[in-house]
Amino acid sequence: MERESSRKKFALKRLPLEEYFSPGHRGCQGCGITIAFRHILKAMGPNTVIAEATGCGQVISSPYPQSAWRVPWIHTAFENAAATAAGIEAAYKALMRKGRIAEERINVVALAGDGGTADIGLQALSGALERGHDLVFICYDNEAYMNTGIQRSGLTPFGASTTTSPAGRFSKGQSTWKKDMLAIVAAHRIPYVATASISHIRDLYEKVTKAVEARGPAYLHIFTTCPTGWRCPPDKSVEIARLAVETGVFNLFEIVEGQKRLTYKVSKRRPVDEYLKAQGRFRHLTDEDIAYIQKRLDEEYEELLGQSGGPVGGY
Amino acid sequence: MSRREGLEISAACAEAVALADVDVIAAYPITPQTHIVEHLARKVADGLLDAEYILAESEHSAMSCCIGSSAAGARTFTATAGPGLALMSEMLFVASGLRLPVVMALVNRTLSSPLSIWGDQSDVMSVRDCGWIVFFAENGQEVFDMTIQAFRIAEDERVLFPAMVCLDGFHLSHLVEPVEILDREEVDSFLPPYNPKYRLDPHNPTTMGAFAPPEFFSEIKKRQDEELRSSYHVILEVWGEWEKRFGRSYAPLSQYRSEDAEVILLMAGAFAGTARLAIDRLREKGLRVGLASLKLWRPFPREYLVDALGRAEVVCVVDRALSVGGAGGPIANELRAAFHDVADCPRVVSFVAGLSGRDIMVEGFMEMMEKALSYARDEEMPYYEMYGVRE
Ligand SMILES: Cc1ncc(C[n+]2csc(CCOP(=O)(O)OP(=O)(O)O)c2C)c(N)n1
Ligand code: SF4
Ligand SMILES: [Mg+2]
Repeated sequence: MERESSRKKFALKRLPLEEYFSPGHRGCQGCGITIAFRHILKAMGPNTVIAEATGCGQVISSPYPQSAWRVPWIHTAFENAAATAAGIEAAYKALMRKGRIAEERINVVALAGDGGTADIGLQALSGALERGHDLVFICYDNEAYMNTGIQRSGLTPFGASTTTSPAGRFSKGQSTWKKDMLAIVAAHRIPYVATASISHIRDLYEKVTKAVEARGPAYLHIFTTCPTGWRCPPDKSVEIARLAVETGVFNLFEIVEGQKRLTYKVSKRRPVDEYLKAQGRFRHLTDEDIAYIQKRLDEEYEELLGQSGGPVGGY
Repeated sequence: MSRREGLEISAACAEAVALADVDVIAAYPITPQTHIVEHLARKVADGLLDAEYILAESEHSAMSCCIGSSAAGARTFTATAGPGLALMSEMLFVASGLRLPVVMALVNRTLSSPLSIWGDQSDVMSVRDCGWIVFFAENGQEVFDMTIQAFRIAEDERVLFPAMVCLDGFHLSHLVEPVEILDREEVDSFLPPYNPKYRLDPHNPTTMGAFAPPEFFSEIKKRQDEELRSSYHVILEVWGEWEKRFGRSYAPLSQYRSEDAEVILLMAGAFAGTARLAIDRLREKGLRVGLASLKLWRPFPREYLVDALGRAEVVCVVDRALSVGGAGGPIANELRAAFHDVADCPRVVSFVAGLSGRDIMVEGFMEMMEKALSYARDEEMPYYEMYGVRE
């Protein structure tokens, strides 16, 4: 029922016209982050405050004396978006309770890249989730440290060539599988956890709305293509994100009160090589490597189907 | 009406924070700071203080929470010690750069390794250039007074800098002393509610913490430096008002028998109490010695020091911090720099002592002052000397 009503609210033709993330930012052509930010803010509206970690999203949006942000925004460091947001949330709570600012709903958001979330920012994130702050943590995942020149992160996918996991005679690129951030976050048993993609905007709107409505911490993990780092054409940014969903590389689901549910079921998954071949970062992979990736993705998808509609395993 | 009470100095600090009616506290426990955060937790739990209390998962996050909270317009407090301050250090610079009036009690503890929980001032010296206002307290009353003063000074529109009050680990934090505790009306009349012009407010969106390309960075930093320096005048003004209202006077240096002194002992923190006894003993022996206890470290009160210490023949500086591989104790070196263009200035002799909670006895201070005089007069003066170490 609830899902139906939010669907109606976000029929595409009813997208808010207001822009809270303004054009004129310094993002590369086709940058997935900027698409994500634009729609996140449309879905959240102006009563939103953002604490953003160091990274591409911050650097492209705030070159002094300019700013792309039409909502209050703060950047303090790389590893602490969750802690900064937690401080903001606590401040509003205290000031409203003490009658020093008007009582109203303010969406407190922490924003960070995959590095600022899963690597250096993991401790601050875990602390904020565990303490139960009423905030939304959003990880925009472009699968490497893009701001500093495409170095690998714990969320760089297997086989991707980055500047610190280069493909070479003795290397297939990234040698490890993507860290399961969603399971880590879900283990904190927070009210709302979801993945989303810049290719599925309505799904993204619904999830942002649910994340904001959740009382307590919510976590969104958004797939954001980086044409520069992934070495793909900028005009294929959304298409590649869609391929990630349709090949099962990046699955769209949510975990509500511990119940996992696929929000977008792919009727016939496309083979992963369509996705891999579209990007320079995977160019060096052999058929054998691709078959290995396909096999692991198949297993993961099966596991996900098994969990969907049921409680999340593992704890 | 204020009341005089015997209490642990950590509790006196917590009393001051509660009387300041802070909105948010974010902290992480570390010896010897723990009693402060425990007292505050109890106050919140008992409804004696209406604040959000964030039990952060690290000091780095605690300071990050403080920055977020202060940016959102809340009066914000934290406390830490030694390694906690070191873990925070990245964020200390950010708090100052963003001009957020967070107040911190720094219970001075040494830095590892070797691991030690005991007190010295290596922690605060390691973040010397982070852009905070830094006070040194010498006793419980000063901890109480300076904590309340710190909020007023930091939040003044002409200042807007974070401020820390240093109190020596164990030697102050765990000592029970009589302290005059002001009452709520007295504090309220001195400390107006924090009402910042700029804060994270959806009704008036601002961008805070934009990145500055090289063509702007230096200008921004120059302004930060100038404004931290000029906070000096506000500090003196607030101290003046404090004296008028509550009768206790504060100055960048608290001096003892130093007017006609040939040798002035300069130091910061609790050990000055012992040093006073050493001054009396040497005076009895006919030596003209005096004491200057440093209360304000940042902004560095250069003119005040040059003026107050300039007539002495020797300034014997006892630093409770070691600049490993450096050119002497940190306070001694800043004083040398302060005197560099002053004609006929005193000789500055640098001692490092009292590391990791090691006591300095009355005799120790006497010996250092006598040594300082002979170094300055007869012998070649060492860079610095570590006093009281077994060879
Ligand atoms: C403490 C600290 N360590 C390292 C850096 C350097 N650094 C800045 S941004 C960044 C990578 C950001 O990666 P991610 O979070 O994935 O965001 P992206 O740039 O990819 O959008 C790194 C390594 C820093 N600013 N601070
Ligand atoms: S490098 Fe990638 S993430 Fe960064 S701005 Fe360019 S496209 Fe966006
Ligand atoms: Mg990234």
